[in-house]
Amino acid sequence: MSALRQASHAAPTGTQRLLAASTGVDLAAHLSVHGSNPLRGRSRRGHAGSLVDEVEAAGLAGRGGGWFPTARKMRAVVDAAKHSRKDAVVVVNAMEGEPAAGKDALLCQQQPHLVLDGAVLAAEAVGAAVVHVAVHRGTRAHTALTRAVAVRTSSALDPVELRVVDAPGRYVASEESALAHFVGEGVALPVTVPPRVFESGVRRRPTLLSNAETFAHLALIARHGAAWFREVGEPSAPGTTLVTVSGAVATPGVIEVPTGTTLRSILSLAGGTTAPAQSFVTGGYGGSWVRATDALDLPWSIDGLRPVGGVPGAGVLIAVPVDSCALVEASRVVRWMAGQSAGQCGPCRFGLAAVADGMNRLATGHASAADVRLLEHRLGIIPGRGACRHPDGAVRFAATALTVHEAEVVAHLTGRCTGTRRAGVLTVESDSVRLPVERPGEEWR
Amino acid sequence: MIHAVITVDRIRCDGFGTCAQLLPERVHLDEWGYPILDPTPMTGEDRRHAKRAVAACPRLALTLVKAPR
Repeated sequence: MSALRQASHAAPTGTQRLLAASTGVDLAAHLSVHGSNPLRGRSRRGHAGSLVDEVEAAGLAGRGGGWFPTARKMRAVVDAAKHSRKDAVVVVNAMEGEPAAGKDALLCQQQPHLVLDGAVLAAEAVGAAVVHVAVHRGTRAHTALTRAVAVRTSSALDPVELRVVDAPGRYVASEESALAHFVGEGVALPVTVPPRVFESGVRRRPTLLSNAETFAHLALIARHGAAWFREVGEPSAPGTTLVTVSGAVATPGVIEVPTGTTLRSILSLAGGTTAPAQSFVTGGYGGSWVRATDALDLPWSIDGLRPVGGVPGAGVLIAVPVDSCALVEASRVVRWMAGQSAGQCGPCRFGLAAVADGMNRLATGHASAADVRLLEHRLGIIPGRGACRHPDGAVRFAATALTVHEAEVVAHLTGRCTGTRRAGVLTVESDSVRLPVERPGEEWR
Repeated sequence: MIHAVITVDRIRCDGFGTCAQLLPERVHLDEWGYPILDPTPMTGEDRRHAKRAVAACPRLALTLVKAPR
């Protein structure tokens, strides 16, 4: 191997690891930048491949929102395969269900082969023969992944089968059990857990379902090692992470930073705020609001944001400016989240609709103190009473909006609103109410 | 002595409310008719009532599980 070739396969230095290159679907370009996928051979059922040790040493945590240790998940899948005597399956979640996130879409267009390399390596390590790549139909990410898979398949690059799965666009579809259910049965509705997906997912097989970004990091760990991975970021959850920054910032978009970077630094990488921020949405539309002054100098990580109740989630940071009415912004999102309910569980189906109504009354200045107490009561009894965590996220988003903007709540109760900026800092698909579906229709298939 | 906890499959549950009638010690209904379960373990007479509630659910949505230690 010539020195020049070695140099181009050298480990990424600095903080741009995933976004350093943009080879797209061009396989030759991908290979010249990253080198070939360091395959290790498919593990026997019930035996975790050596890659799992490397991933464990690296401390890779899932980047889909849960930040669950990836090696632990892989070992759980391997154990489940051993006990059930069923071969494991891998699912790449490239759905980007979180509306305020754009990282998976960008990653899958810029480096689809890195994502797929990681999924193939993971498949080998858990003894899976098939990788399902779930992506929202009709998107650029779908096009990129489909072409990337086609190129790999035609050159017989991978020892496992890659299949792109056109999944429907409803938000809950990227919830783990819904996605596994869809890949296996064609219906993207959450199912009751336990059993969790790692035990029984796609057609009841042990399923390693992880976010696209997680697999991309895994592909780099396999090439450059755990020690390299740990060179940047917080020790408890090392490496880099993609963050979608939006709201009142000069250059909204997806950036890559070491975990533990302060919010202040992240915002400045997005061009800085265009107006002073009153608060931030962290994690996504199922995440948490935090006061800007409380959070600006905190590290972007689970441990870092915990003191103020913030969450990194799926890497979403939205700067809400002082001249916005945060209650109006929150109310629009909660209405949308209520409409995204799968409608299978009463507390979610009826509870989120009631919460959305309550938020709307408050946002439009029609709520009394009793209305707010009722809203708070409802927020208290919904979490944990749905089959999936959709209602929990929506409730967290609503509840933290109310606590962080207490002064605004008081103002609205007296018929005042301090916001002057037009609503829409937080974007939603449409402003019309979506009623929960009576029966699963086309949108679930 | 067996300590049992009542759990519900949230998707199967359709809010009939039979459980709350048969086991008011552990089940209350929210304003939409769906159960809020008290996770306190049950023994003896309470556990027997819980078994009846589980059997009576029209959707077979309830289960009694052994209480975690």
